[in-house]
Amino acid sequence: MNPKRRQKIVFSLLFISSLLVITPIFLIFFFIFKEGIKVISWEFLTTSPARMGGGGVFPAIVGTLYLTLGTVLISVPLGVLAGIYLSEYAKENLLTRLVKLAIINLAGVPSIVYGLFGLGLFVIFLRFGASLLSGCFTLSIMVLPIVITATKEALNNVPQSFREVSLSLGATKWQTIRYCVLPYAFGGILTGVILSIGRASGETAPILFTAAAFYLPHLPRSIFDQVMALPYHLYVVATQVPGVERRVSYGICLVLVVLVILIDLIALITRYQIRKKKLW
Amino acid sequence: MGKIIAKNLDFYYKDFQALKNINLEISEKKITAIIGPSGCGKSTLLRCFNRMNDLIEGIRLEGEILIDGVNIYRDDSDLLFLRKKVGMVFQRPNPFALSIYENIAFGLKIHNMAKRKEIPKIVEDCLNSVHLLDEVRDRLNTSALKLSLEQKQRLCIARTLAVKPEVILMDEPCSALDPLATLKIEELMQELRKDYTIVIVTHNMQQAARVSDETGFMLLGELVEFGKTQDIFTRPGDKRTEDYITGRFG
Repeated sequence: MNPKRRQKIVFSLLFISSLLVITPIFLIFFFIFKEGIKVISWEFLTTSPARMGGGGVFPAIVGTLYLTLGTVLISVPLGVLAGIYLSEYAKENLLTRLVKLAIINLAGVPSIVYGLFGLGLFVIFLRFGASLLSGCFTLSIMVLPIVITATKEALNNVPQSFREVSLSLGATKWQTIRYCVLPYAFGGILTGVILSIGRASGETAPILFTAAAFYLPHLPRSIFDQVMALPYHLYVVATQVPGVERRVSYGICLVLVVLVILIDLIALITRYQIRKKKLW
Repeated sequence: MGKIIAKNLDFYYKDFQALKNINLEISEKKITAIIGPSGCGKSTLLRCFNRMNDLIEGIRLEGEILIDGVNIYRDDSDLLFLRKKVGMVFQRPNPFALSIYENIAFGLKIHNMAKRKEIPKIVEDCLNSVHLLDEVRDRLNTSALKLSLEQKQRLCIARTLAVKPEVILMDEPCSALDPLATLKIEELMQELRKDYTIVIVTHNMQQAARVSDETGFMLLGELVEFGKTQDIFTRPGDKRTEDYITGRFG
């Protein structure tokens, strides 16, 4: 076959593959939107469920927001600090290698395992009960590997010469990290945060036993209260309650997807603003 | 006595010996050039003087380096103080991605060297001593990355001056610059020589001949010859030096 033709065929293959990759995403959005939009109303978004499968989803929206926010508040500081340590300070030794191995493995653990772990540690052993707090901690452990890995990668991508200049001026290691490394890694770290927001807000299994309420028509009053959450609510409505219209499930789906997109959008805009200011 | 004295200096990257028994004395307030072909260890030697080599894992150093008579490789040596005293200008102009002003102020801030009110004056003085002030006076708060390569390098020199060093190490400071820009930097070096001890590593022999008072020639980790620049270039004592400066290899 002549090389030009072969090249054309390869190009087409590559192109079709990338099309195929985005097709499911496109279809998912299309159907969720098409079916979901029918039940979306101001009332649906702002009222509590009157009975299971009827009424609004307001407590679930708020619950998911709380869980996501709490998870970010716990996992981001912890993950970023650990990432900085691993990338900038840790010497290559057995302990470091173990920690790195643990992080990689943590990322591969099925989410239901986190749920059971959270039940054992936070709900029962630490007596937090099934609560917002337990849920946030459980989700945090789940997203920690994402934050740590993103932080490490972002720091590694900052050119070594930035550190050299700062150190050559007599700056301490911490000053160097604080002023000459972290500002440039911020975008990458934020990418990790965005990923973990998506993960934390969408997972059902980790909050199944630790935080999510089956039916709770009011908002949580403290961090020791249970909360409703969109993914779990969706699961319940779709599988546990007989006689609920299908489109209600789609409606909940749509709300969840839009919520995640909105949160991500805020993070993306922040990242854009920061990148615009600090160029190199 | 010399400002910087190296005594029986051996330096290893893991198993590779990069410097072999170096002995030299760098005079105060003069320009000392270190020349030699790529990989001869000249940058390694330079980076021993402010201990930048410490950043690399698996290095080992034997012997001593005295600055003002004090061994900088003593266990209780203050690394931050050393690097403040011995500044460095790098091969590629590398200003921080900050404003021109912030680039100079950086060193003052990390060392807490000046009151907030005094900083603008010091920044201007530093920029002035590298003849950059007039070119950038009206845009001190714009990004330093918008400057030309040569301006960037002068900014980097000014940034070094801001922390009041006594020695300035220059690691091929002109290799990224065109001949005209190179000339300007060299003129600047001549001025700075009044107040600072300058050590410059260069693979450009003409540059060494033009700017330096004393020259060392290195080859394969050894300091082959060290002496007055004029002597090295007119009456080299070693056959290898002669071969190198006459362009027979390198």
